[in-house]
Amino acid sequence: MTAYYSSLAMVTAAVLYLVAVVLHSLEWATARGADPDEPRSRREEQFGRWGLSVTIVAVVVHVLGVVLRGVAAERAPWGNMYEFVTSSLAMAMTIYLIGVFAFGLKGFGLPVTLLASIGLGLAVTVFYVEVAPLMPALHSVWFIIHIIAAALAGAIFNIGGIAAALYLLKVRAERRGRTTGYLARLPASDRLDQISYRMHAFAFPLWTFTVAAGAIWAQYAWGRFWGWDPKETWSLVTWIIYAAYLHARATAGWKGTRAAVLALIGLASFWWNFVGVNLLLSGLHSYAGI
Amino acid sequence: MSDLDLDEELRPSGRERMNRARGLRSGTLRWAWATLTSMRTALLLLLLLGVAAIPGSLLPQRPTNPFGVAQYLLDNPATGPWLDRLGFFNVFGSAWFAAIYLLLFVSLIGCIIPRCRAYYEALRAEPGALPRRLSRFPDHAGGTTAAGAADVLDGAERHLLAAGYRVRREPAGLSAEKGYAREAGNLVFHLSLILVLVGLAWGSLFGYRGTAIVVEGQAFSNTLTQYDEFSAGIGFRPEHLPAFTVALDAFEVRFELGPVQRGAARMFRADVTVTRPGQTPRQQVLEVNAPLSVDGTDVHLLGHGYAPVVTIRDGNGDVAYAGPVVFLPTDGNFTSSGVIKAPDARPERLAFEGIFLPSAVIDDQGMRSVFPDAWNPQLLVNAWSGPPKQETGAPENIYVLDRTGLTQLLRPDGQPVRASLEPGATYDLPDGRGSITFDGLRRWTKLRSRPPLAAGSCWPACCWRSPGCRCR
Ligand code: HEM
Repeated sequence: MTAYYSSLAMVTAAVLYLVAVVLHSLEWATARGADPDEPRSRREEQFGRWGLSVTIVAVVVHVLGVVLRGVAAERAPWGNMYEFVTSSLAMAMTIYLIGVFAFGLKGFGLPVTLLASIGLGLAVTVFYVEVAPLMPALHSVWFIIHIIAAALAGAIFNIGGIAAALYLLKVRAERRGRTTGYLARLPASDRLDQISYRMHAFAFPLWTFTVAAGAIWAQYAWGRFWGWDPKETWSLVTWIIYAAYLHARATAGWKGTRAAVLALIGLASFWWNFVGVNLLLSGLHSYAGI
Repeated sequence: MSDLDLDEELRPSGRERMNRARGLRSGTLRWAWATLTSMRTALLLLLLLGVAAIPGSLLPQRPTNPFGVAQYLLDNPATGPWLDRLGFFNVFGSAWFAAIYLLLFVSLIGCIIPRCRAYYEALRAEPGALPRRLSRFPDHAGGTTAAGAADVLDGAERHLLAAGYRVRREPAGLSAEKGYAREAGNLVFHLSLILVLVGLAWGSLFGYRGTAIVVEGQAFSNTLTQYDEFSAGIGFRPEHLPAFTVALDAFEVRFELGPVQRGAARMFRADVTVTRPGQTPRQQVLEVNAPLSVDGTDVHLLGHGYAPVVTIRDGNGDVAYAGPVVFLPTDGNFTSSGVIKAPDARPERLAFEGIFLPSAVIDDQGMRSVFPDAWNPQLLVNAWSGPPKQETGAPENIYVLDRTGLTQLLRPDGQPVRASLEPGATYDLPDGRGSITFDGLRRWTKLRSRPPLAAGSCWPACCWRSPGCRCR
């Protein structure tokens, strides 16, 4: 029964995120062509506020769904792909909400809710599996430590990646001259770059920790730290790309646009490691459970 | 390698000093060293390492998947051999992969050591002297107050100290700076990368790892000859292996019976008896996330499978082989394959190629296993015979049948012998050549041992995981 309510909550949250996407789209549609110096129109403000309100409700329902899943399974709710996506997205959305109120993630509403509705939509349709006990290899405290770090790092990488993408859009617009509409409402490109950097600078040590914790666990479970399993290899590739991003920002000629592109490549690598490697490549790390 | 503005001022002087210390006077050498240790080079090497690792995850790799490599070479006769020559089937052991990460770490070390020194010196130095004019700074602000100069300075000093600044007080004013914690974090991070590398190198020089398959009721002693697979660094000596024996008393495995993830493993438990010289044997439990620790060696439970117990009688009616034979699983339902050899059978030696199905059903796809547990065990074998072979003592692969000198046995109707045995059943070979009896079933486990602290052999020397490993 609990499992049923958990699924119901996830589906509801996915639909609510979709509603939020529509509201934010309307917000930006009304802002089209608007002069950045003029105050926002009432309609625009209203759509924005509604979008945010629906998102808040969606996040509450979503987090509830994750908690109920854990209760139903009587363990941490991240033992397979479905659970990992739903947990990680719940973290991403919570961070987004904190960001909105704490450090002005203005203009992130549309891409973030889009990510959440697509991600959660895929989770409930494609990745969904019933509650099941864990395989013996997962009976370990590292199950909690390793994956909570992975999920949290992934959540922040996603928000940071969105900041990098918005930065690229904004820089292009600024280079062309006057910006209007949605792009004008976004923070200045310097600020976007800074947000993106801070997100990545925070998530990178977490990711390092994820990989290190995975290696320690692998030593326990499989008797070797590192065996170039596809998941291990792609975690390293992802780690390398993000390390390169952080360094690129300090290297003349790599600042700005090129660094932002690296951040997006890093995100693509993260997703590939999660979806592609789980579904297409076989290795020891096969807990996708679809 | 950092994003701190501090660098641009600190690094050149640090490197300058180091170059002088090393006597790198020659222009080219110094240029090469400066280029190698520049952040741009490190960045490129880093990206190159990432790109270089990718084929290792997409192409089958020899150390982990030799069958996959063979299959790839068969499927791609044009490109395969070229990829092979370029090392693409052992990316993480290839020279070019090693070249990239060695260069990267030289670059990292060359970059980080001068920075540590510069950091140490910057920490000892006081904050910069007061500027003559405040307007020299791009960001500055002014104001006036009626309070006395000393009071203002005292207040400012207290405020800045509380905010974590380092403060330099002069009669005419004070200067302060902060931002050192981050550089310290950067340095610690990079130094720990170097430490990890050193640890891995140490481990791959002196470490070892080995796997052994142990059947229920049998034991494994920790000596080189008892390992099925063994790899060690050049610093390893066989005497390093502590003497002990692990006997597998029983192995219990439970699988999911419900509709969700049916057949997924739910529990593994090996009951073992560990014997060390001069000590009373100790009974212990070995599980996946709980390795045994014996005399500084960790023993891990790595995989499991079935070993049908068979009795082979030869044409003279004598028992030519009796005991368990290890079969290797080939799919998730533990369809397993193996070879039974009876070289001592007379007048002709006998051999069998077998498929073992733990839960056999017959449907339109033929006979197959539908569940990993042993619900309806069936042993399918074909049979071979040939004249006795000279004992050469050369090691032989126990999982492969070398058919030279052997002919397949045929039934009277001319079809090859294909026996399907359930436990307890016997099949008589045609023409009185003997018989095979499927007596029963035991399980085997695959154990891996290695010294726990030697981090090693995991960097390029990677692990030799073999097919047939099913404990996940
Ligand atoms: C060197 C060793 C390891 C590395 C580098 C590693 C890396 C990762 C990464 C990057 C993720 C994040 C999610 C993703 O991208 O799929 C992940 C998830 C996960 N890891 Fe590991 N891991 C290691 C060892 C282990 C071990 C030993 C286990 C268990 C025996 C394990 C179990 C899991 C599980 C259950 C998940 C989440 C579920 C999923 O992927 O669907 N990992 N790991």
